[in-house]
Amino acid sequence: MTAARDRAPTTGTEPALAPTELDRLVGWLDERTGFARLARTVLRKVFPDHWSFLLGEIALFCYVILVLTGVFLTFFFAADTRPVTYQGPYPPLKGADVSAAFDSVMRLSFEVRAGLLMRQIHHWTAVVFVAAIVVHVCRIFFTGAFRRPREINWLVGVGLLLLALVAGLTGYSLPDDLLSGTGLRITDAVVTSIPFIGPWLAYLIFGGEFPSTELIGRLYVFHIMLLPALMIGGITVHLLILWFQKHTQYPGGQGRLTARETNVIGRHFWPGQVFRSFGLFLLISAVLAVLGGMVQINPVWVYGPFVSSAVSSPAQPDWYLGWLEGLLRIGPSLEPTVFGVTIPSLFGPAIVIPTIVFGAFTLWPFIEARATRDHNDHQILQWPWQAPVRLGIGAAALTFFIVLTLAGGNDVLAVYLRVGVEDLTAAARILVIVLPVAVGLVAWRLGVERGRQVDRERTPLEELESGS
Amino acid sequence: MRGRQRIEWVIAGLFAVTALSGVVLLAVYILGGQTQVEGILLGVALGSLGLGVVLWAQELMDTPIVIEERHPATSSPAEAADFQAALTEEAGFTRRRMLVGMLLAAFAGLGAALAIPVLSLGPAPGREQFTTSWRKGSRLVLGDGTPIHAGDLPVDSLVTVFPDDAIGVTDSQTLLIRVPPELLRLDPARAAWAPGGYVAYSKICTHAGCPVGLFRATERKLICPCHQSTFDVLAGAAPVFGPAGRPLPQLPIHMEPDGTFVADGDFPEPVGPSFWNLTSGGAG
Repeated sequence: MTAARDRAPTTGTEPALAPTELDRLVGWLDERTGFARLARTVLRKVFPDHWSFLLGEIALFCYVILVLTGVFLTFFFAADTRPVTYQGPYPPLKGADVSAAFDSVMRLSFEVRAGLLMRQIHHWTAVVFVAAIVVHVCRIFFTGAFRRPREINWLVGVGLLLLALVAGLTGYSLPDDLLSGTGLRITDAVVTSIPFIGPWLAYLIFGGEFPSTELIGRLYVFHIMLLPALMIGGITVHLLILWFQKHTQYPGGQGRLTARETNVIGRHFWPGQVFRSFGLFLLISAVLAVLGGMVQINPVWVYGPFVSSAVSSPAQPDWYLGWLEGLLRIGPSLEPTVFGVTIPSLFGPAIVIPTIVFGAFTLWPFIEARATRDHNDHQILQWPWQAPVRLGIGAAALTFFIVLTLAGGNDVLAVYLRVGVEDLTAAARILVIVLPVAVGLVAWRLGVERGRQVDRERTPLEELESGS
Repeated sequence: MRGRQRIEWVIAGLFAVTALSGVVLLAVYILGGQTQVEGILLGVALGSLGLGVVLWAQELMDTPIVIEERHPATSSPAEAADFQAALTEEAGFTRRRMLVGMLLAAFAGLGAALAIPVLSLGPAPGREQFTTSWRKGSRLVLGDGTPIHAGDLPVDSLVTVFPDDAIGVTDSQTLLIRVPPELLRLDPARAAWAPGGYVAYSKICTHAGCPVGLFRATERKLICPCHQSTFDVLAGAAPVFGPAGRPLPQLPIHMEPDGTFVADGDFPEPVGPSFWNLTSGGAG
């Protein structure tokens, strides 16, 4: 199974040692469970060594940190919209009517020791979590790692991304502050806009007409129970499939070893990989701890408690929902009524387009396999330029998201750029189509050129090899 | 070997930094805590531990590059055949088609019955989508309950008002705006709804439901801060820019002899974000 040197004792040059306590413990356990055989397979598994394989690990570590800090927060948070009077130490809100949920977040931020640190680490980790997933999925996409036999794991990964987005939205809505309340109001409107079933669905989710008193309690159950449970299930499946299918590897090889479709070149899981990953986990935690301590995030006391007739401005969601916000802002003022059925102006930008985009993204492995008629197993990755059409489409999609995200902050941008917000919206309506097409074409062209260049460089060498 | 020894010392030093900053972190916490200092100390403790562990793996461990063969995932034909036999033949699924069909039907029926409690999560959307708390005779009052008088409001300014018996109720929040009456271009049928240049529009944006909180007095336009839907106050709050697809509903009002304002009924259209059957008037 593995190379012969695996079984060679590492103590070859040293005299045999007397059995240690560890040896005895391992022996005791192994006689009863046979676990050494399994553990050996695990420890001796070969992991290819490339920095880009660590991106998914960063997401995994963020999940762990989210659970750890999140559990701490649950001890103090009250998922309750009952009105109370704020009497804490933050002067500007003294005597204000707030919900018990908002009050508990204020207490957590100002009175519980290390509470603000934990809250901010939790929020920062959520921001980095989604970012890590997005960068990870870009790596998978542009190197073709999703191709057969890994389509199932692509689907599991897309599911995890979706869960992470919903977990983020439900999480930052919990403090019941003015900004998050605005986000929930928009969410309610988006659900309501679906023809025929929208109002029903919104009433089921929100428990009645917005703002319902049950909402925070429901979001809480989703955020701390259902979503994390689904995510840990998804992560387990994701990792098990990865384990059994083994990693992909980049073309080329390492040292004298050549990467082939039939082999894996890398280092053993133990000790090198485990130590490196553990070190990475600690380093990520360190960055998040410093961010949580030093960089303010979601200062709910600045936004104030939720009041249904007020709104905070400018109001932007967390970065990963910015593209949806942008879609809503540049949506056309179109609301036709046909045979008594009104199609709300929200429906197209908020439901139809995201469904198409996310649907194509989800089904991408199958779309590409059909388009290229390539139904073979692939264990060797492609460099992005080796699939120029995919490169172009991916670059176009990223541009699409970036333009929309910028459009989602058009009011902030207008102030910075000193132009009218209306002009920015009008520009974004054009750029959201034109720019992705342009960037996609350029990326495709660059990919083709790079491919030709590599071909030119390689040909003489191969001729030399075949001639010798 | 000398290099390795030096690295060992570096790693040991990093671990010492972790131990030390951990103790200092504890002391800071006990002395009352300070978010920034705690964050930095925690970062230093975790960071130097992480750096030490990575250095250890990179510099001190012999982790040779090895090669492992892959094995095709597909099962052997015999295994696959045996699996299929176990799945269908031994259970007799292929022979008892009718029974299998009924079993699936039973599951479907039970599943439907078990899924039904989901409907308990919320009431059916009924007439309340189409109505607000405004009624004929509701007096326009401010958020603190005081009635608004003509003359309280300078020309080209606005206030948020509620019905006197439903203060703060979300779907009833309304903007009372005073504009020069001669500039108004309302629908002739609604000419009487603007006594003395006072017009009342629902404050909830017809796009995504945000409170329409911004007023550009020079152009007499209302702007929603969420997605910049812009409504022309003079033209019945018709959308003139942004994503909103229909006007803000107008509240029919009149002025009482004492200068206060009273509604002549509810909004003629549903307020807030649009939904598919909003033109049905709640009949459907």
